[in-house]
Amino acid sequence: MADEVLRLEGLRKAYAVGTTAEIEVLHGIDLTLGKGEFCALMGPSGSGKSTLLNLIGLLDRPNAGRLSVDGRETSRLDDRALTALRGHHIGFVFQYHHLLPAFTALENVMMPMLLDRGRPDQAMRRRAAALLESMGLAQWRDHLATNLSGGQQQRVAVARALAMNPSLVLADEPTGNLDTKSAQTVFDLLREVNRSHGTTVLIVTHNHALAAQCGRIVELVDGRIVSDRRVAYLGNAERNSSSLA
Amino acid sequence: MHNWLPFEWIAASRFLREGRMQTMSIILGVSIGVSVIVFMSAALVAQQRNIIHRVLSAQAHIVLLPPKEVARPLRGASEAEAALVQKPFQRVRSIDQWQRILRDVERMPAVTAASPSASGSMLAVRGEASRSVSVLGIDPARYFRIVPVPEKIVSGQVRLGSEDIIVGSELAADLGARVGDKLRIVPASGQGATLTISGIVDLGSKGANQRTTYVALHTAQALLGLIGGASSIEVTVQDIFAAEDVAQAISDAHGIQADSWIRTNEQFFVAISAQTIANTTIRLFVALAIAFGIAAVLIVSVVQKSREIGILRAMGASRGQILRVFLLQGAALGLAGSLLGSAFGAAAILAWDRYFLAADGTPLLPIDIHAGLFVAAALLATLSGLASALLPALRGARLDPVTAIRG
Repeated sequence: MADEVLRLEGLRKAYAVGTTAEIEVLHGIDLTLGKGEFCALMGPSGSGKSTLLNLIGLLDRPNAGRLSVDGRETSRLDDRALTALRGHHIGFVFQYHHLLPAFTALENVMMPMLLDRGRPDQAMRRRAAALLESMGLAQWRDHLATNLSGGQQQRVAVARALAMNPSLVLADEPTGNLDTKSAQTVFDLLREVNRSHGTTVLIVTHNHALAAQCGRIVELVDGRIVSDRRVAYLGNAERNSSSLA
Repeated sequence: MHNWLPFEWIAASRFLREGRMQTMSIILGVSIGVSVIVFMSAALVAQQRNIIHRVLSAQAHIVLLPPKEVARPLRGASEAEAALVQKPFQRVRSIDQWQRILRDVERMPAVTAASPSASGSMLAVRGEASRSVSVLGIDPARYFRIVPVPEKIVSGQVRLGSEDIIVGSELAADLGARVGDKLRIVPASGQGATLTISGIVDLGSKGANQRTTYVALHTAQALLGLIGGASSIEVTVQDIFAAEDVAQAISDAHGIQADSWIRTNEQFFVAISAQTIANTTIRLFVALAIAFGIAAVLIVSVVQKSREIGILRAMGASRGQILRVFLLQGAALGLAGSLLGSAFGAAAILAWDRYFLAADGTPLLPIDIHAGLFVAAALLATLSGLASALLPALRGARLDPVTAIRG
């Protein structure tokens, strides 16, 4: 399938394998995300959401099953190839933004490009500046990440996730640590990225109101997908009446 | 963020700048260690040079002598007869074909100067006073390149005609003699000569000043009954520590006895070697302290930066890039510490030369500042930093990004 960004087939993940404490967290996950999908991944704590996100983000390896990103099967790739695939095709937005405190907002956004190309150049500066501007942070570009508010930092993190123009953005509770207004702003930015660039977004959230604004909701319970449904997008009026808390 | 810097340099410098206090503390620690190494190394060189200069400025590096006379049994070497063979006395003899040997030795690249001499024990008599002395007959033009006698003259002049003699200061005092006074020199054979004191020297040692006299080579030859002969050839070499090897080579080539200063001053040489070993050991431990200091700081840094490492890995940083970031930090700490330490060391050397003075106002132990020492210290400290960063850097590079991000 040409517009298939992510394909999971029978994905399993267990910890302490081979010991008496062995525990299987994911029990054969099958999931496909197409280009331009905006999908919410929900589930109670301990259901395996973060583990699944780490596997999809190629930060961890499954014990069984197949995982393809942009049509490239990953089970036989070595660490170097996985790193390159991750850097070029996947963007991350973490719950606690995880910006690099020693760098400015602009430099944080440049970082994925810098890691890829080795040395900074004007093209990556321009792209990072444009991304920050699109996030409404043009005037904060030269401030250290630590000098920005929580909402601003998360917007920088979104800009950083988009730096390499990835086909898939993984957001692990990106609004979980923000106030209602900032949470909606960040969510709207992700939605806008999804719409305007056709970037596939998989967002982990506990927030039903935000999930309701996604095109698709996948629910994970005890390491199994228990529901996978497509929902109608809520308009602004309905959204404003919803609680984001 | 400079365009010309690669990611690893940028990240390393930012991480170091971020932990400013930590960075400054370890740079200061490294610099103190490096300054100790620099100062101790320079002081050791100066001290050994000074001691060696004092010891060797009044003697040759190698003395060539005729082979010892041995008594040979008449009928083979049976044990019964060997027990009866008496050891012969060692008379003053000339080196066989000494002119040829002198010429050959002078041609050796390792040799800087060689001089023939005729020497022996005699009696110096002045009036009622007499002293046993060592008379050294020399060729002044050659010999002064080996022992700079003119620098040691305290009275009179360096003149060695047929009837001149230069005497040690203690001997002159013991005999109540001054420049211009006559001195009778009497060898064991009894055929003596009356010579005029042309100069008085201070050789830096009371013993040497009590016994040493210099006369012209032909005067000594006449006194010793060694006409046209030379009882020894004195040699100096470029590398004083290679003196024994050169002596061995001469001995093998010419079948004569060659005593190097290393062998004749064995205890002194052992003391010098022991001092070098002790000094090197101290410097090694200081270097180890520097390396472990850098390693400790970087291990802490890896722990502190584990989340950042995880984020960088998530963004596409390879293990190699993370490894290099921490290796560079180690090298940078070593280099910065060594530069500062070199400055401290140089300041300590200058202060030493300026404030630690002998009674005559000259530096007690003049220590030179050699650029090579600082380059070596900088290289050593940078490499130590690099080596000590290896373990923390590997630890950082091997961090599991999931665990690292979770903190």
